[in-house]
Amino acid sequence: MALLEVKNLEVSFALRHGDLVALNDVSFTLDKRERLGVVGESGAGKSVTGFAVINLISKPGRITKGEILFDGKRLDQFSEHEMRSIRGNHISMIFQDPMMTLNPVLTVGTQMVETLRAHRKISKAEAEKIAIKKLELVHIPSPERRLSQYPHEFSGGMRQRIIIAIALLTDPAIIIADEPTTALDVTIQAEIMDLLLELCDAQDMALMLITHDLGVVAEVTERVMVMYAGKVIETAKTIDLVRNPRHPYTKGLINALPGHGECDQENRLQQIPGTMPNLTEIAPGCSFHPRCDYCQDICRSTVPELRQIGESKERWVSCHLVGKGQL
Amino acid sequence: MNDSIVRIENLVKYFDISGGFLEQLQIRSGKVRLHKTEVKAVNGVSFEIAVGETLAVVGESGCGKSTLARTVMGLYPPTSGKVFYRGERIDNLSSKQMLPYRQRMQMIFQDPYASLNPRKSVRQTLEEPLRFHRGKISAAEVNERMAEVMEQVGVNPAWQDRFPHEFSGGQRQRIAIARALVIDPEFIVADEPVSALDVSIQAQILNLMMDAQDQRGLTYLFITHDLSVVRHVATRVAVMYLGTLCELATTAELYDTPYHPYTQALLSAIPRVDGTKQKHIKLAGEIPTPINLPTGCVFHSRCIHADERCRNEIPELLSVSDTSGSLVACHAVAEGRL
Repeated sequence: MALLEVKNLEVSFALRHGDLVALNDVSFTLDKRERLGVVGESGAGKSVTGFAVINLISKPGRITKGEILFDGKRLDQFSEHEMRSIRGNHISMIFQDPMMTLNPVLTVGTQMVETLRAHRKISKAEAEKIAIKKLELVHIPSPERRLSQYPHEFSGGMRQRIIIAIALLTDPAIIIADEPTTALDVTIQAEIMDLLLELCDAQDMALMLITHDLGVVAEVTERVMVMYAGKVIETAKTIDLVRNPRHPYTKGLINALPGHGECDQENRLQQIPGTMPNLTEIAPGCSFHPRCDYCQDICRSTVPELRQIGESKERWVSCHLVGKGQL
Repeated sequence: MNDSIVRIENLVKYFDISGGFLEQLQIRSGKVRLHKTEVKAVNGVSFEIAVGETLAVVGESGCGKSTLARTVMGLYPPTSGKVFYRGERIDNLSSKQMLPYRQRMQMIFQDPYASLNPRKSVRQTLEEPLRFHRGKISAAEVNERMAEVMEQVGVNPAWQDRFPHEFSGGQRQRIAIARALVIDPEFIVADEPVSALDVSIQAQILNLMMDAQDQRGLTYLFITHDLSVVRHVATRVAVMYLGTLCELATTAELYDTPYHPYTQALLSAIPRVDGTKQKHIKLAGEIPTPINLPTGCVFHSRCIHADERCRNEIPELLSVSDTSGSLVACHAVAEGRL
């Protein structure tokens, strides 16, 4: 059984002029110790997926359909009180901006001890011991001294390490990382990616990495799902996906990367025409059809389902044309 | 040299952050003194940009690349050093004397949400530079120029009465490019023009900029932190660290054989999409603050090859060998230790 299983998840935001469906029929699983990437452009629904798993969708949004099973338990039916024993304890989340996530007026030590004591009945001294251990894990030098410092005394990369250490405090089974390296410089990003990889191995954790950066996904994850306009349009083993993307959108995304895709004689990048639709204006049929080079009549009228393609059991694509001789 | 469009010599830009008079007061060895605190954003950078090329300046946040761009444009007066445009010195001109140059050099900014005036329609945005720089220009000519440039950047000319909020990020960046192109400049400084955009839109904008370069013979100074973008668009690359140039080379040479240890670390940190893992070179420590620059080579505190000389003596930007055009500021490379 998978550690986390999401079935037919739908998240809507109730707006004055009707419901906005932010996630539409999203299903995926995450096994123990697995590293799953969620990629897509802004507005594709990747962050909402992460938030939905730990029931952090704030009003006017709500989960309207589907199930979220963690260890066999229906998280979507949990009360707020029950959810607190899961959130930050069994499933932790890391966010993009390390300055926004840490409380600027509390020392790092206070924030770590607070988190631990919210979940476990232990003394302050014990909590501090655990905190020091976790800071060592993320390679913060002289952690005892660091506990009494405030977030502004750390650099961006160090802050992100501290946030990772806080996420690790309760030895969670899953870490959801939402763009953990986007606000950082490349060299620091490389350090944080190496650290995440190392920790997943050493701590037996599963990782759900939400990012727009295919390079980061390719280096860190084993499996990946690509989202577009609130839907999963392709999922595969990461290596298969980056080497042989099948959905026209995934192909376009990879070919549009400078220095990776094939260029024409004039050294122009292959571009996907147009932009991702606003969620209120999603086209009927396949949501990608207005931007798709291969679009046919069926794409304009019928919504494609996610189907398994080819030999790999991991490869699922939501496109009418893939695997039918046309693509 | 004739074919250089912009040349800068020992450009230095410091920002005074010491605040008001009272904040500058310090008591040292029994005496009250005024103490100035300065951010040393750019420290003696020199290079030339040839006509028709794209010079990319890369570096991590805080390395002074944007300050450099703005100083070249004349938006900041340099603390010392010279900027030449087609052989003429422009850094000490009054704003009136600067006017003719402003027509020839334009700038594109990172965030198209901030760089377009939300209360101006596309027409007003594009009209303004034309009317300002061209003075007497007929309405018909304005319309013609506007339609032409909108067509070129891929924004439907029929939308000229719309306002920025009606456009997506990618389209806004197209409008910002149109605004730069409308008065027919020959030199464009682009400060992170695609960093705020999604991958699929980024490709559209990069293609657009390269098309415009071909059609109009533009020269770009391209500021970015994204090394894969650089590889795609640039003819030459300048790598900056803490306000100093570490390496200046043609794009092919830089990516083939990076010499400077910082360039090597930077290149190794780019995540690869093809699934081939490579080892990231780890840099020790953190970037020092530009307020108290390290002595000697600015990179020595994080460099594994640093020795006594690196800690004391500032390396000069020197040619690596006779066969290669790369310029590198590193004692270890110059001594052949690396």
